[in-house]
Amino acid sequence: MSLITPDSGLIIWMTLIFGIVFFLLARFGFPMISGSVKARSEKISESLRQADEARAQLASIAQEQQKMMEEARREQAALLREASEARDAMIAEAKAQAGAEAEKIIADARERIASERENAMRDIRRQVAILSMDVAEKVLRKDLSDDQEQIQLIDRLLDEISERKTGNPS
Amino acid sequence: MKKLRLIFVALLALLPLSLRAEEEFDMQSFIFGHIGDSYEWHITEIKGKPVSIPLPVIVHSKTSGWHCFLSSKLEEGEYQGLHIAPAGSKYEGKVVETAADGSEIRPFDLSITKNVLGLMFNSLLVVVLILGCARWYRRHDALQEAPTGITGAVEMLVASITNDVIKEAVGKDYEKYAPYLLTAFFFILINNIMGIVPFFPGGANVTGNIAVTLVLAVFTFLMVNLFGNKHYYKDIFWPDVPVFLKAPLPIMPLIEILGMFTKPFSLMVRLFANMLAGHIMILCAVAIIFLTAALGPLLNGSLSLIAVLFGVFLDCLEFLVAFLQAYVFTMLSSIFIGLAHQEPEPE
Repeated sequence: MSLITPDSGLIIWMTLIFGIVFFLLARFGFPMISGSVKARSEKISESLRQADEARAQLASIAQEQQKMMEEARREQAALLREASEARDAMIAEAKAQAGAEAEKIIADARERIASERENAMRDIRRQVAILSMDVAEKVLRKDLSDDQEQIQLIDRLLDEISERKTGNPS
Repeated sequence: MKKLRLIFVALLALLPLSLRAEEEFDMQSFIFGHIGDSYEWHITEIKGKPVSIPLPVIVHSKTSGWHCFLSSKLEEGEYQGLHIAPAGSKYEGKVVETAADGSEIRPFDLSITKNVLGLMFNSLLVVVLILGCARWYRRHDALQEAPTGITGAVEMLVASITNDVIKEAVGKDYEKYAPYLLTAFFFILINNIMGIVPFFPGGANVTGNIAVTLVLAVFTFLMVNLFGNKHYYKDIFWPDVPVFLKAPLPIMPLIEILGMFTKPFSLMVRLFANMLAGHIMILCAVAIIFLTAALGPLLNGSLSLIAVLFGVFLDCLEFLVAFLQAYVFTMLSSIFIGLAHQEPEPE
């Protein structure tokens, strides 16, 4: 049966034809197609990778932005706090200064008042002493025998003195 | 749709009438005429006269040297001392010469027969198809655009065969073998599909011919064994088995060497038998129409309808098988090549 006995002529032709087809396709056909397909799939995977990277970058940028905003907010809060602290400190200082000034003024005033009073007292004491001296002089000058007269005299003297004091203050 | 069905039925009803003239249907010559090789390409018969394309007969006889003529010269009988061996002869259907003692001698036959012409045409088709696609890539920037149409289909096939079959089965240096395996795939695929096409230039039973599958198997054999690595040959000649299985009598090496040949042999037989069986099945389905012609118009008509439906089913099946066998041949070749490149397992 010729069905299962390979025909030598057909074998030769087949070898020749398949060899030529193989040569042509392996030389000019498939490397071109496979190469292009491979290049394209590589490009696609590369693009995907790049997209992924870009997405990650974007996410990190957003994160950074968030961080920056938070930092800014924190800084702002810190600045505000610092400012308020400075203000408080200034106010407190001013208050302290004002207090100290007032204290000083009061102390000064008190001192002055005290010295005035001292002066006044000294004046009064001097006046009194002068008066006493005057009185004593007058008393000594007039020898008095009776008490009545003495008292009258003192009274008169006192009147005199006070009259002089009101009329002509020393 | 209804109109189409009416036309279909009318055609079926006409069939037995037109076939009434044929006396007796010779099933065997019908089938073997279609699946076998021949010196001319029989196309059809008009009014009882065969219409066929004569093909060149090229033979070399030991006694009379080279002969080259058209096969139509052989129709009348002997030409240049050569004739086609009659039925019952050892070389039935082949060109033979008569020796001095009256016996038939077969000269060396390089004729461009039906199968050779079919092979040439289909190969041209494969080359045009693939080189046409390659040209697309040369003219376009594949990074910027994807091909459409036939180029897109071929690209899809190439990519899927490369990635799913060759890369998986062959292993790391698959790129070296991809052109051969892809060539084998497309060659077998186109030849298989053209074998199902019932009219010229299709219809030659190319991949259902054992000489064709033999050559394909030999190519795979060479691809496997020419580039096998050290480990592969060590496994053949000195496999990891107890010493008594290989030392005095090399039983295992013999089995392994046999295995080298059985693998491509199975490839050869699988493709051949599948395609041949498919062709015979379709032919049988068609033959029902002619076989039942003698049974009367009614029976013949109804059986013809069944035969046509069955034929459509078988054609679809064959289309699937055409793809499947090309795929299987490529896959098994890849696996055999991959087995010849295995690295020894670390111990």
